[in-house]
Amino acid sequence: MPMDPMDAIRTTFFIECDELLAQLEEGLMAMEEGSADSETINSVFRAVHSVKGGGGAFGLDPLVRFSHVFETLLDQIRSSQVEPTEAVVATLLRAADMLADHVSAARDGGGVDEARSEQIAAAIMSHTIGGSATGAYEPEPAEIEGIDFKPQMISLDLPAAEPAADFDISALLASAAAEPAGEAVANDEEGGWVVHFAPHASLYAKANDSALVLRELASLGEAVITVNDEALPTLDEMDPAGAYLGWTVRLPGSVPEDDIRDAFAFVDEDCDLEITREGGAQAGPDIAALLAGAADPAPSVDEPVDLLSSLLQGAVEAPAAAPVAVAAPPAPDKPFNLMDLAPHVDELTQSAPSAPAPQQAANAPPAPPPPQTIRVDLDRVDRLINLVGELVINQAMLAQRVMESGAGKATDVNLALTDLELLTRGIQDSVMAIRAQPVKSVFQRMPRLVREVGEATGKRVKLVTEGEGTEVDKTVVEKLSDPITHMIRNAIDHGLETPAEREAAGKSAEGVVRLTAAHRSGRIVIEVSDDGRGVDRVRVKAKAIEKGLITADAQMTDEEIDNLIFAPGFSTAASVSDISGRGVGMDVVKRSVQALGGRITIISTPGQGSRFSLSLPLTLAVLDGMVVTVGDQTLVAPLTTIIESLKPRAGDVRPLGPNNFVLKIRDAFVPLIDTGAALGFGKSKFDPTEGVALLVESEVAGQVALMVDHIQGQRQVVIKSLETNYRPTDGVAAATILGDGRVALILDIDGLVTAHRKAPPRADTLAMTG
Amino acid sequence: MTELSLDGRDGSELISFRIGEQEFCVDIMAVREIRGWTPATPVPHSPRFVRGVINLRGAVLPVIDLADRLGLGTAVETARHVIIVVQIGSRIVGLLVDAVCDILSTADHTVQKTPDLAGDHMQNFVKGLIAIDGRMISLIDLGLVLDTHQAEAA
Repeated sequence: MPMDPMDAIRTTFFIECDELLAQLEEGLMAMEEGSADSETINSVFRAVHSVKGGGGAFGLDPLVRFSHVFETLLDQIRSSQVEPTEAVVATLLRAADMLADHVSAARDGGGVDEARSEQIAAAIMSHTIGGSATGAYEPEPAEIEGIDFKPQMISLDLPAAEPAADFDISALLASAAAEPAGEAVANDEEGGWVVHFAPHASLYAKANDSALVLRELASLGEAVITVNDEALPTLDEMDPAGAYLGWTVRLPGSVPEDDIRDAFAFVDEDCDLEITREGGAQAGPDIAALLAGAADPAPSVDEPVDLLSSLLQGAVEAPAAAPVAVAAPPAPDKPFNLMDLAPHVDELTQSAPSAPAPQQAANAPPAPPPPQTIRVDLDRVDRLINLVGELVINQAMLAQRVMESGAGKATDVNLALTDLELLTRGIQDSVMAIRAQPVKSVFQRMPRLVREVGEATGKRVKLVTEGEGTEVDKTVVEKLSDPITHMIRNAIDHGLETPAEREAAGKSAEGVVRLTAAHRSGRIVIEVSDDGRGVDRVRVKAKAIEKGLITADAQMTDEEIDNLIFAPGFSTAASVSDISGRGVGMDVVKRSVQALGGRITIISTPGQGSRFSLSLPLTLAVLDGMVVTVGDQTLVAPLTTIIESLKPRAGDVRPLGPNNFVLKIRDAFVPLIDTGAALGFGKSKFDPTEGVALLVESEVAGQVALMVDHIQGQRQVVIKSLETNYRPTDGVAAATILGDGRVALILDIDGLVTAHRKAPPRADTLAMTG
Repeated sequence: MTELSLDGRDGSELISFRIGEQEFCVDIMAVREIRGWTPATPVPHSPRFVRGVINLRGAVLPVIDLADRLGLGTAVETARHVIIVVQIGSRIVGLLVDAVCDILSTADHTVQKTPDLAGDHMQNFVKGLIAIDGRMISLIDLGLVLDTHQAEAA
């Protein structure tokens, strides 16, 4: 589908917003812990500022208004006018949440809670010096160029900015032009950098911001930034979306050129950019003299220009051959006309690279490059992963064929095959790593949740996260958010006591919720634990009896009672609270986790807290399966659903009605399903004692026994969609390809059970859960 | 979709194949490859003409018994049978046929409209006839052959 270019930019903007908001949250958390340095505060400010700048370009007024207020306070914190006290940081955190709401409202077209937005904005302003965000604050170029163009001089709050009134840009430009001449001088000392930067309108249209670029430059070293407003037309000629300002930035020579170029990495196609080096100390123009001269209103003087021009000419024609000729370019102590120099500037920029290159290489030690990233369409990665999966299967088939052909273990063919296998594994691991993402993106959303739930329940909560760098497949990361959100809500709402209760129990008033992630035996384990009261087993049991989930005389272990909270339709909260009771209970969490091939368990100690443990496969592209035979077909049952397998004895299988059977397992009866018949593979006779029963956990009907003929073994299989080329099929979740190249179907336990079942009594099946 | 106009585009090529005594053809642009018969894995609750699914370099694709689909009886597959892998829209499907015969060009042969023969199942899938050297070749409308939903209704 062709995308409107503006839509594409919009999409990019919102992707960047997400990153900026994450950065903002991270910075604010650091500030909250008191571990923030000035760079953290700067990055927080930049994040809000960039969101505002982009929002302005898209005319997202509520977003811009709010971020402007937000930014004003951050700016004052940055400039140490406001102390980031606990109260201020708390307000900033709430403001960050609100900003995220504004961004999502702008993206999805919904509204925001205006009252809350106003309230938070007011809270921000109460911390702001001056009390009003619109006071002394000068709008920055992003706004001016974006939607609200006002022809006014801009004073950037950057170090050593020259007052525009005493300054003649032409002088600086001229001195800039002079410096390649200095470059040609055989000179050991490095000169300063002069950067000319003139954005095109397209720069702003892409939601970039020249102020950010300038700030970036200023962060590299002592920068002298001057604005060039020559191109600024009169008001009536002005295009509101146009770009008329340029800047000249002078930086110390010690700054690596790459760092300067990096500052322009995102905008270099949309601006006129010249980065040139001034001559060394002896050869460079005397800036002080220049500035003094610039203040002099005298008109242009021809003589120095001619002289300089001829020198420049010489530099262009023989930069290396005639260093002496330009050994001492006269520092122009009088201003001259920029226009006269213009033609030479072009020539110089073209010839310049030959001369300065070696000098830079010698003087600027290359900084270690930051890790580079690219954005890749997920489809391409998936295609690659599919192909590699195929390669693995093919390699296995090849190895099998070679073995069958009778080649010995030590033959060249087999040795080469072993190498191929290693290579293939290596490729597979690397490709899987492309999709792997740290769970950080999910963990980052949780502090906000904790704040909100804590506020709503009147509980004091501290969230501790660990292992947020743990990597897992992107699709798994996306699916983690809901279960974790739910478990944390549950932990705060049901697990933690109120501050008063906690103090009465001898605990600190502030409850702790820990969220951890770790790799454990090829799976990712996420744990949410709290130091609250633990599961109230008496109440849970009473509730389960009341809801008819268990019988009143059921004998259950503590663990079984704890796990009742996962039973469908169970909710322990006396009143359905706004926090946990969003229409779903832990049973839904359990179901969604199982759908991902995961398991969830709870361990609880009364008075000391509970721990939810969620284990998921690292990827959804492969599945641990039990390979079984049914009739002449090979099928795969997801291992996570299987509780146990057993050989039924003749007496354990009882008919129930004309067509159904139940299997007696210990003291319970579970429905017995003939897998072959359910899939329509039509076996002539059903003899349960001949086969093997797989006791599986189904979401729709609790435990169910599936009859299969044999178990071939356990294997990790690659999941292939059946729907891509065919259609969804009841009882079949997907397909996979076995080592011999044939397709095997992966069973969808729930689909199979749904198709078969005649709703078994719930209490019976649940009594055995655990 | 493979919309082949009845009057024939210049240079458009067709691949012809045999089922029993009859010859058929499809637009060559829809054909991805031709493979020997490999056993298919049956898929539950499928129409009879879907033999099952096979693995084509990692893609799982259904194999349609074209003889059954056209009402010519069920094919008894042998090693000599071939699977014509065709792409229709975004789907890749295998067609089980007896043998592949020839490549034809519509530039050389005129495609005639199918005569109206009431009540013939096959007619639904044939959108034109080509006469060549005294043989008659039916042009198959792949879009309809693959429409499994319609198939169940039929």
